[in-house]
Amino acid sequence: MQTRREMLARSATVAGLLAAAGFLPTSALAAWPQAAFDAKTLADAVKALGGSAPVESKDVSITGPDIAENGAVVPLGCATTLPGVKRLLLLVEKNPNVLAAVFNVTDAIETNLSTRTKMGQSSNVFAVAMMGDGKVLYAAKEIKVTLGGCGG
Amino acid sequence: MADPMRIRAQAAGDKTTVRVLMSHEMETGQRKDSAGKVIPAWFIQEVTATHNGKTVLTADWGPSISKNPFLQFVVKGAKAGDKIAITWVDNKGDKRTDEATVS
Repeated sequence: MQTRREMLARSATVAGLLAAAGFLPTSALAAWPQAAFDAKTLADAVKALGGSAPVESKDVSITGPDIAENGAVVPLGCATTLPGVKRLLLLVEKNPNVLAAVFNVTDAIETNLSTRTKMGQSSNVFAVAMMGDGKVLYAAKEIKVTLGGCGG
Repeated sequence: MADPMRIRAQAAGDKTTVRVLMSHEMETGQRKDSAGKVIPAWFIQEVTATHNGKTVLTADWGPSISKNPFLQFVVKGAKAGDKIAITWVDNKGDKRTDEATVS
């Protein structure tokens, strides 16, 4: 039997071949990390982006409300004071697909970003910092949602 | 073509805070319409920010970013008069670029 993981790995290979052959419409779509956005857990998402097992750290912080009245618009921010950050990730644990956003930061940007996400239900949210030296650090926060933002 | 973005870039010392409000439906692909059919996903996949033509930030987004997405970031070393440009590409290949001047 074919597992979901094998299937994902295979579709990634096929997508890669298609991209190499120039079948995909834009390079932007080829670069979009489909496997990571399909992941169902924090560890899987980080792994799909080529990171090691995430470790909780005080140097990464996540900001957001304790209680979100409207799950369709939950302001979230991720920040870290550490130098050498390559990527910042925002994840919502109980959404259908956990990964919300990947920010590829450069030296010209402060590692402090904010955006707004949807949350289907009360859950933990994670800010993950993937460092240049391969370390993966994260911070978690619980947000209670009064009205979910993913349903119809 | 989608509506223009609203971009504000304000300098404070040697740092510039950029706030962007994009206009996009950000359909998740999880919702159903009144006839019970799934509404196909339609969301911004890639965002690029440039400072005077140099890329300073790229972001890959999933469908769980809110409708009409908001993004805030801080550019080091940007001065008043510098140009900040934001480009997004959605999963239908549609794209839009808007530019703002740091004030």
